[in-house]
Amino acid sequence: MGFFHRHRGLTPYLLLAPGMLFLAVFFLVPLGFLAYQSLETGSIDFGYHFTWAWGNYWDAIRHYRGHFVRSFEYAGIATVLALVFSYPVAYWIAFRGGRWKNLLLLFIVAPFFVTYLIRTLAWQTILSDNGLVVRILRDIHVLGSGGRLLATATAVVAGITYNFLPFMALPLYVSLEQIDHSLIEAAEDLYASKWKAFLRVTLPLSMPGVVAGTLLTFIPAAGDFINAQLLGSPTNHMIGNVIESKYKELLDYPAAASMSFVLMAIILVLVLAYARAVGTEKLTG
Amino acid sequence: MAVESRAETERQHPVSPVAADVRLDRVTKNFDDVTAVDDVSLEIERGSFFALLGPSGCGKTTTLRMIGGFEEPNAGTIYLGEEPVTGKPPYKRDVNTVFQSYALFPHLSIFENVGFGLRRRGVRGADVRGRVTEILRLVGLSGMEKRKPRQLSGGQQQRVALARALVNRPRVLLLDEPLGALDLKLRKQMQLEMKAIQHDIGITFVHVTHDQEEAMTMADRIAIMNGGRIEQLGTPGELYEHPQTAFVAGFLGISNLLPGTVSAMDAVRLDDGTTVKVPQEALRGRSGRVAVGVRPEKIRLGHGEENRLSGHLLETAYVGVATQYVLDTRAGNISVYVQNSEPGAQQAVTGEISWSPDSTFVVDSMEGAEAE
Repeated sequence: MGFFHRHRGLTPYLLLAPGMLFLAVFFLVPLGFLAYQSLETGSIDFGYHFTWAWGNYWDAIRHYRGHFVRSFEYAGIATVLALVFSYPVAYWIAFRGGRWKNLLLLFIVAPFFVTYLIRTLAWQTILSDNGLVVRILRDIHVLGSGGRLLATATAVVAGITYNFLPFMALPLYVSLEQIDHSLIEAAEDLYASKWKAFLRVTLPLSMPGVVAGTLLTFIPAAGDFINAQLLGSPTNHMIGNVIESKYKELLDYPAAASMSFVLMAIILVLVLAYARAVGTEKLTG
Repeated sequence: MAVESRAETERQHPVSPVAADVRLDRVTKNFDDVTAVDDVSLEIERGSFFALLGPSGCGKTTTLRMIGGFEEPNAGTIYLGEEPVTGKPPYKRDVNTVFQSYALFPHLSIFENVGFGLRRRGVRGADVRGRVTEILRLVGLSGMEKRKPRQLSGGQQQRVALARALVNRPRVLLLDEPLGALDLKLRKQMQLEMKAIQHDIGITFVHVTHDQEEAMTMADRIAIMNGGRIEQLGTPGELYEHPQTAFVAGFLGISNLLPGTVSAMDAVRLDDGTTVKVPQEALRGRSGRVAVGVRPEKIRLGHGEENRLSGHLLETAYVGVATQYVLDTRAGNISVYVQNSEPGAQQAVTGEISWSPDSTFVVDSMEGAEAE
């Protein structure tokens, strides 16, 4: 006890220590190992050797540029769709939910009670060629007689949108829920129509939720491979699929590691650019 | 003070020929099965400082919100000037509101907060700058334009809220307990400042408060509300000197109310048998059970006046400007305030008290309806 009294300034660091230790062991060490691996050459049969093989990075970008582009395209579209779908829902729950708020939030979180994989497999059934959705779309001639949903880019983007929707909806709800209703009344009192009051007051005040939601959706979506694997065809494969197969099937660790770093670097650059564009103030509220 | 003389003028001419800026015609508002405002009719003169006063839940805030357009009445019509505005949204009404929580936009600077209404109305550039600068000077906040609301003190935020509403030069300014969040000293100061501002710009102010002292200090006319209805409407002086209900007598200041029965055109026989003279007009044709009221400061110790009672002293309390005596009489307990005009001038109390019939008022019997 005496020690803590004499060194009171140490207390915060001692409280931080377990978390820092966890991050060091389970994040920094693997990351360092991954970086080491990404600069190796060789093959699984003859073993890999560290050779400062920067060429791995060049190869990753050169051979798989299409997959990178597709990943960010799908993740971007899915993020925008998730925002468009979630915003009205979160808005409605926050402002009109009344005593049903918690129940409605539970509905949003409910899919999480089932694992990611099972949820995506369920979508496979929903979108299958003899499923109800495809039949109806064929009947109303949105799809041609041989048209499909499964194994298309549409299915992959739909799957990603669906799977990451709660990551968008919950931060949006939190930021909308915090808005003082009298601010909206004040805007209307000051001659703003309902729409103008939304644009000038509600929307800007919900920006921390928009920023948090888009980041929480976009970042994991860009690295996703489950949706492309289960709902798409090889032409829809994302960079996550390539990394996964390099690691687990081809056992080409240096290529997989260098691709992972390229993916991380691009995401980091995009996030920083985004934060700069919307203002860091909005990230922290 | 100029403010004082204005109130005086009005007291002498309670019925003014000036047009009404706000008129409520038989307005009723229900929330589910609760009637918040019950068949209220009301006229608020142009340029006046009008207070809606009452305890919480009396319907004063709902009345204000209906004028602002935030609630729609279930029955009745609200007019701004000649124009019926019932059914119009807030942004189409020529009124602005100072909210209880101020409701300043946290993401906008003070300048943009104040300029918000002007911009929505299509005022641009230099005009906005000129008007915002002018109004901020009026409320004493010049130089604060670039700050965010959270960087200001409570009193400063209150002034921004006032400026943000006034800059639009509305027909009517609505104030919903605007000083409720301030400490006592600042509140007293803001009461006088707001009254001076209202006097300067001449816009009609409708002020909601539960603080009777605040209403008396600021308002030219007060409507005292209770249970969704207006109990009495008048100048602060009228309400204080001639309350017409036990509720009003009890809500504004302290009253001694003694139950009795009307015994003549100008007399009431108290329950202990004492007969008290009252002004004929105070009876207003009442008969049967009534309550006779007299303010504590209008009662004298001793037998100098026409209405007399005697009892014995229960308590003495020194309250600075006055000394309060509580006497137990057979007609009921009576409070007496005697001003401490000279040091050490506390009077010997014999148990005899008296007051003038002119200082006496009569309200309906308050059996089972004791005011707060």
